[in-house]
Amino acid sequence: MSATTAPTEEHPAGTAADGGLGQAWRDYTGRVRGGELGALPSVLALISLVIIFTALQSDVFFKPGNFANLITQSSTIIVLAMGLIYVLLLGEIDLSAGFAAGTCAAVLAVTLTQRGWPLPLALVATIATGVGIGLFIGVIVAKLGIPSFVVTLAMFLALQGFVLIIIGEGGTIPIRDQQIRAIMNSNMTPLLGWLLFAVVVGGYTLMTYRQLSQRRKTGLVTQSPQVWLVKVIALALLLGFAVLVLNLERSSKPELTSIKGVPYVVVVILLLLIGLTYNLTRTSFGRHVYAVGGNAEAARRAGISVARIRIYCFIACSTLAAVAGILFASKDQSVSPSTGGSTTLLYAVGAAVIGGTSLFGGRGKIRDAILGGLVVAVIGNGLPLITDASGIQFIVTGLVLLIAASVDALSRRRAQASGRA
Amino acid sequence: MTTEDTGQPLLTLSKVNKSFGAVQVLREVDLTVRLGRVTALVGDNGAGKSTLIKGIAGIHAFDGGTYTFEGQEAQVSDPKHANALGIEVVYQDLALCDNLDVVHNMFLGRELKKGMGLDEAEMEQRATKTLTGLSVRTLKSVRQNVASLSGGQRQTVAIARAVLWNSKLVILDEPTAALGVAQTEQVLKLVRRLADNGLAVILISHNMNDVFEVADTIACLYLGQMAAQVERTEVSRGQVVELITAGRSGDLGLARDPSTTGAVA
Repeated sequence: MSATTAPTEEHPAGTAADGGLGQAWRDYTGRVRGGELGALPSVLALISLVIIFTALQSDVFFKPGNFANLITQSSTIIVLAMGLIYVLLLGEIDLSAGFAAGTCAAVLAVTLTQRGWPLPLALVATIATGVGIGLFIGVIVAKLGIPSFVVTLAMFLALQGFVLIIIGEGGTIPIRDQQIRAIMNSNMTPLLGWLLFAVVVGGYTLMTYRQLSQRRKTGLVTQSPQVWLVKVIALALLLGFAVLVLNLERSSKPELTSIKGVPYVVVVILLLLIGLTYNLTRTSFGRHVYAVGGNAEAARRAGISVARIRIYCFIACSTLAAVAGILFASKDQSVSPSTGGSTTLLYAVGAAVIGGTSLFGGRGKIRDAILGGLVVAVIGNGLPLITDASGIQFIVTGLVLLIAASVDALSRRRAQASGRA
Repeated sequence: MTTEDTGQPLLTLSKVNKSFGAVQVLREVDLTVRLGRVTALVGDNGAGKSTLIKGIAGIHAFDGGTYTFEGQEAQVSDPKHANALGIEVVYQDLALCDNLDVVHNMFLGRELKKGMGLDEAEMEQRATKTLTGLSVRTLKSVRQNVASLSGGQRQTVAIARAVLWNSKLVILDEPTAALGVAQTEQVLKLVRRLADNGLAVILISHNMNDVFEVADTIACLYLGQMAAQVERTEVSRGQVVELITAGRSGDLGLARDPSTTGAVA
């Protein structure tokens, strides 16, 4: 829907403008030059990082097993970043999201392992904890008008304490539930993986085709069918390659245990990607989020309750942090007071910004979380293969984040200069 | 809207007052706004133009006097109420979201829905129809972000948003203040077209050229009082400037003694 070709004399508004691929490419390069970089920096970063690590350590880095590792390593960052995108879109920040994930994971561990609650009930309690934290932060920020930086900094400290109290000092609670453990540690059968591939690619093709033909029928300017076809084929190739690689045997002793297939967490990420993207781009709530982030005063005058949107966004952020907490618990198969701590939150904010979400509000997409999360995970995964010094890893990640923030600031300036902000 | 309606009074204010604490901003102000006509509201800074507009738009209710809309007395104390009557205001700072496209901005806060989601196709069609109805041809695409538009185009979008909702009265607050010559011309043509389409228009302006180019009636506020509401053809620029700066001009305007309030046009 984004690539509408400009109607010219030959293509007045109201008819399909078939500029074809050349026109689409010119539009795209025009947008990039105007400062609307979109996914370009993160995709370039991802490709160059993969090339660098492959060149330096191809025997370890460029392996199917490592590819699967990358996905599970990035998934917690991705889910946290998806939540953060809601508050970043408003120009706000949530520093407490990491420990919100930790708190929710602790609730899951205590209810599931210590209290012996059934899994659905424990999950409801976990998610409800996330909703509660978000509601609390949102009401304070929106109603009292305290900057979110301060409120969530306070929550960052307080939630750290909550995790300690819930778990009990020094303790680590194991997660024994097989379904929770399976999310991050089990894989689909290869056949199921291909089924997932068919559903996703088929669904995307059908949805976009329907949209295209509907716009055509109502006589609106449409994306050229060639561009649509290229997008569908590119998606099919990319996902097909990923499924193919993940379905390869990656166990060192295949005769003892076979490890192959798409990790189950991919389904979680895909569902969130589709659901949240729909929420942000196809509902009036999502439209209002962008409006408040772009010009809160304009949104207020248009009759939008700015406070309500703010509260909902903080709830979305903390609720997704709860989902990330479940993934942490699944990955480690236990919950400790350090779950969600240390660099977790900073990596998630970094992922969102590297993916292309602006820190200034009003610009960003859910898919940014995935692209940025993969970049962060590739650095975390590839660098230890090259150097043992963990100091280097922090420095490189810091540099990448700084570069991403600079790209954001510079492209914003450029966009303002060319009137595309 | 039928042509017989043209010229009928749509909004009549009679002896409205407004005070903020001890300060009386509006005193016994009368105003008549007719369909199909552009009513220019002029006055120096602090004369009470904004207060009058905000009262009409329901942002703060008048203290006294009568507010008659379409022949019925109305109590407008809420912007939503004014919107429901068919009154839309285009503010000086436009209130557009730069990061959204033209269609999104025009429907902001009042999006059309289809099932759970938004009805983008219907919104785009209606936006295009409204812009075509106003003979706007300067927009390249209704799907471009508002940030990429020129000042005149942004003003056009803001005005189109105001007329999208079958509004009857459009209030424009200094629509040409920040525009260049060509763009001012564009916007003034658009203002004229609104009136020619049968809407009532209130135009706030400091610019006498704009007022004389586009207005049918001129209402002059002077220190919170309506100095005069006159037909454009019956006055000269000099007279209007005198009304703005001194409150009277010859036999037009306020009586010499400031204690006897009210217009003697």
